[in-house]
Amino acid sequence: MQNSIKVINLKKTYGAKEAVKNISFEIKENEIIGLLGPNGSGKTTTIGMILGLLKPTSGEILVNGLKIEQNPTEILQKINFISPYIELPKKLTVKQNLIVYGKLYSVKNLNQKIDYLVSKLRLENLLNRVTGELSSGQKNRISLAKAIINEPSVLLLDEPTASLDPEIGDFVRTFLENYKKEKKVSILLASHNMDEVTRLCSSIMMMKNGLIIDQGKPDDLIKKHGRKNLEEVFLKLVRN
Amino acid sequence: MNLGRMYGLFLRHFFLITRSFPRILDLIYWPSIQITLWGFISNFFSTYSSYYSNAVGVILTCAILYDFLFRTSIGFNMLFLEEIWSRNFTNLFIAPIKKSEILISLIFTALIRALIGLVPAILLTSPLFGISILDLGLSLFLLFLSLYIFGITLGILVSSGLLRFGPSFENIAWSTMFLLAPFGCIYYPVEILPEIFQKIAYMLPLVYIFEEARSILIDGIVNVESIFKAFYLNGLYLFISVCLFYYSFSKARKKGTLINIGE
Repeated sequence: MQNSIKVINLKKTYGAKEAVKNISFEIKENEIIGLLGPNGSGKTTTIGMILGLLKPTSGEILVNGLKIEQNPTEILQKINFISPYIELPKKLTVKQNLIVYGKLYSVKNLNQKIDYLVSKLRLENLLNRVTGELSSGQKNRISLAKAIINEPSVLLLDEPTASLDPEIGDFVRTFLENYKKEKKVSILLASHNMDEVTRLCSSIMMMKNGLIIDQGKPDDLIKKHGRKNLEEVFLKLVRN
Repeated sequence: MNLGRMYGLFLRHFFLITRSFPRILDLIYWPSIQITLWGFISNFFSTYSSYYSNAVGVILTCAILYDFLFRTSIGFNMLFLEEIWSRNFTNLFIAPIKKSEILISLIFTALIRALIGLVPAILLTSPLFGISILDLGLSLFLLFLSLYIFGITLGILVSSGLLRFGPSFENIAWSTMFLLAPFGCIYYPVEILPEIFQKIAYMLPLVYIFEEARSILIDGIVNVESIFKAFYLNGLYLFISVCLFYYSFSKARKKGTLINIGE
């Protein structure tokens, strides 16, 4: 089975409010798809449903061919997530956090895995430091280490470079590009950074009021809407 | 001094209180529970001042037993709250760990936490007060086990509330033990309670545990039936609490509490 996410007629309602309205999309192996939309458009709700944190009102989510509702543990073993809005335990050292999550994800040869993450993500001087005392850029790299500790086949990224300085932001983007090529992961990237989306994503979905209102390759969308860049496309779609 | 700014800060907390039923409940029941508990204790000692005269250490032993219950329950809640405070909640629930594994892991960790506090307390009572909780003999293990199960049960119930209602349920987490204390008959016999309260007390395992502790220490009588009743009620409440935990998790997934957990 190839790595993939398949979302079919996904819907989520809270009482009378429809947060996500029958959306469908697919992310194939070795592909990064961007999920754009204004705040409250349904991006986080969609990601929450893929992660199993939210129960869909209707529709199906298949990760690597398995339904999340029927196989949560098997799917969560192969999936991971980064968001600036969630953190790792602050009082633990970086190494302790990686050990905890290595155990939670049943990672084999954990010490070697941690060594690999340390070298890949430049964590040499951070390993024995308390996580809560790190800068936001350093914390971001630790979150990234946690997110790939289980070698996920599907990665969900919610604003992975928000509040990072340009150098660290670029480091993270380069890392994600290389990691996707190396491991052939399927990645869903929700971001407000249009340059980031243009650089990383092969295709983009624009969400508004719970609907996917447009989708396509970044260049195709720019041409289709007759704009100079993706930000202008975003503004046009959101304001219309 | 700027009255507007001070009023703004007042409003920040006032709005928080008025938008959260658990917070309002917390404000109301703390004073009521304190008055009820100490009212019964005072009433008992003024009526039966000679009750404990031949059994030095009964109160202290009951205090240690109650503290073990308190530590177990709060310990369990703390483990859950730690994940919320550190904003690690989502990371935990997207890891491939089953709900049953979470519960068992927290149950074991809560025991370790409670024992870390309990052992020094037991060791201190002997040199300081000439009292040993070990006087309860073999029954001590059963009483501790029963209290541990009930403490865990309360912890699971509170965690269910945290899942269902979010961190505003935190205050309840701190005060469940005090809410039950008047009915637990920790420092006085059940007969001191009004009849309606006695009926409630007999629905809890606590009354059987503490009555049994007093029976052993004061009269030297081990009442197996009381221990059995405590375990029976514990089993029942533990089963209910685990069911409620699963139900709350399911409701939290529907409501979105798991991704919106915050103030």
